[in-house]
Amino acid sequence: MSKRVLVAMSGGVDSSVAAAIAVDAGYEVSGVTLKLYDAPISRSSSGGCCSASDTDDARRVARQLGIDHHVFNFSERFAADVMDAYVQAHAEGRTPNPCIECNRHVKFAALADRARRLGFDLLVTGHHARVAELDGHLGLLRGLDATKDQSYVLSMLDQGGLSRLWLPVGEMTKDQVRARASELGLATAGKPDSLDTCFVTAAGGREQFLASRIRTTPARVVTTSGEEVGSVPAAELVTVGQRRGMPQVGNAQRRYAISVDLSRGEVIVGSESDLTVTSTTVENLSFLWRRPGPEELLQAQMSAHGRPIPARLQADTVVALEPHRRVAPGQTVALYRNEEVIGSGVAV
Amino acid sequence: MSPPLSYLDNAANAPLRPEAWEAMAPYYQGGLGNPSGSHRAARTARDALEGAREVIAGVCGVDPVEVVFTSGGTESDNAAIFGAVRAGYGIALCSAAEHHAVIESVRAAGGEIIPVTSDGAIDLDALAGTLDATAGIVSVMAVNNEVGTVSDLGAVARLVARHAPQALLHTDAVQAACGHDVAEICSHGSVVSLSSHKAGGPVGVGVLIVKRGVELSPFHLGGSQELGRRAGTQDVASAIGMAAAFAAAGAKWQEEAARLRRLRDALADEILSCVPDAIETVSRGQTSPSHCHVLLPGTNSEEVLFLLDEAGICASAASSCASGASEPSHVLAAMGIDPALATGGIRFSLGWATGEDDVQRVAEVIGPIVAKARS
Repeated sequence: MSKRVLVAMSGGVDSSVAAAIAVDAGYEVSGVTLKLYDAPISRSSSGGCCSASDTDDARRVARQLGIDHHVFNFSERFAADVMDAYVQAHAEGRTPNPCIECNRHVKFAALADRARRLGFDLLVTGHHARVAELDGHLGLLRGLDATKDQSYVLSMLDQGGLSRLWLPVGEMTKDQVRARASELGLATAGKPDSLDTCFVTAAGGREQFLASRIRTTPARVVTTSGEEVGSVPAAELVTVGQRRGMPQVGNAQRRYAISVDLSRGEVIVGSESDLTVTSTTVENLSFLWRRPGPEELLQAQMSAHGRPIPARLQADTVVALEPHRRVAPGQTVALYRNEEVIGSGVAV
Repeated sequence: MSPPLSYLDNAANAPLRPEAWEAMAPYYQGGLGNPSGSHRAARTARDALEGAREVIAGVCGVDPVEVVFTSGGTESDNAAIFGAVRAGYGIALCSAAEHHAVIESVRAAGGEIIPVTSDGAIDLDALAGTLDATAGIVSVMAVNNEVGTVSDLGAVARLVARHAPQALLHTDAVQAACGHDVAEICSHGSVVSLSSHKAGGPVGVGVLIVKRGVELSPFHLGGSQELGRRAGTQDVASAIGMAAAFAAAGAKWQEEAARLRRLRDALADEILSCVPDAIETVSRGQTSPSHCHVLLPGTNSEEVLFLLDEAGICASAASSCASGASEPSHVLAAMGIDPALATGGIRFSLGWATGEDDVQRVAEVIGPIVAKARS
């Protein structure tokens, strides 16, 4: 009997092509779109990944491919583990990665568990990353298209998750994906990439989304030497490393938020050099396979498309071999060994 | 996609009855006119439409002039609530377990929602406490679409007559089309919504019964059809189909009720024997013979439905949203059922085409399916 695979179809071009590849491979394929939050009903895409119109797009592609399409409602799980967590993190002055939390708690937990219970052998997504058998373990590798690589947002996976996962478009460039979609005449061939957090875009932006959910704290803006140079209306919305909205001082040097102290109602600003660090303490460390040794040379990536920096992992500290801009607390630090993802943690 | 082996979602849509199809088919082929016209083709259409109206009126025990054709249950419910409020009757009230078509209309019209008991029936004490001279229309369904609770419409009507005699009683009787005495149901309210496709007629047609003396503000404007109560060219073929389905359902409703009751109880017994901790959501004394709603602890209805579908069985949970995902049930919430338990709520709904084999098919697979969903 052929393997049964469940393709998570967001209504975008990558997962559409992933489904097409699964069909071509001769698997028994079903598609599923997740309902994650109450998006306003709209005929145009919200730019996120699960509005009603995106669900219709996924259904249209499934029909073109001749596969079943289902919709699973994970909105309660998403509200608790992603949206509430996002709000809570901001309320505590951190800058979270909701896409990673969605992958951690929804797509590769709740959905993967459901796929197993429903008798599917593999879960397929349209992420640009690769799963490969390496010596003695399964490895998560960067996608072939370096500009579209999404291994960072999958850096919280483990061996169990990888063993039931197939990422077919990770072997392709984005141009190849689009070409394939056009060739097949898929309805989603020309859809633009989604860029921002789905529920935040649907709510009209981060500030609007958070404004009704947290009580914001006005804060004084002070320099590293303690001089007050201005104020901001909401310290919770300031991200470490942010320049926008930070007052300039004296010598007109550029000022960056270098830390946020909610209890004191202070945002500390400084020059770029004040923002420069070489070590980052992380929590919630997880590893794809094994924890690397403290002397092992790795690369640390601090954002979805950030430049990897040579680093080592020592206890709960990522020690970089070159100075870099401080990672905002709440952001994920992914660790790589060249192309392979080793694990990740969340900056504190 | 292969056809279902067992179709148990009649509360969502019942298969078209052969008598309905046979009655309708000629009207798609002949040169049917617009029933509002004056030439022979129009007169033929008008005659057919009025014939259909008479048949439906007969089943409902009302006068043909009291039957207004609409596009279905949702339109009828909206037309009743907004029609009464806009005509100045007063405030709209409904039970917390009503269909969305009623509940959302009442909310949009600034009305009040009355709680229900643990069986899903409107709380009569709460209703009595709310009714006063400001009440304009009280909407209480005959049979709950999700869980199958049968309302005591006589008791509701008496309360309305005593505490708010000026108010209209509206009944959404959409789910009572099979195995119920439609005429008895229609005898209580002054406004009643009915839908064709739940009775085995075509989709896209329904009626709003508006008793003599009731003047609702029309919901559709633009023509004098339906005595000015619903503008728009009538769908004659569908009306004919609905009439044929209602005639078939109404003719032997008692026999059908007994047949469905036996099947429904057998289905519930089978589920309880295969899944010993399953719970019948509504007590047998209060449920419609066409509904078998169960709570399967430790399961998620989306998964159970997926596995049932895979086994060729069509059932459902609560209502669906625009995307097609299952939504948490407002009915189970209103009944005070624990949200975790409500997650495992499944509705099997029976209809004219349901037989023993449909029940057997569920009995064969429900045990292993629940075990899988709990794994």
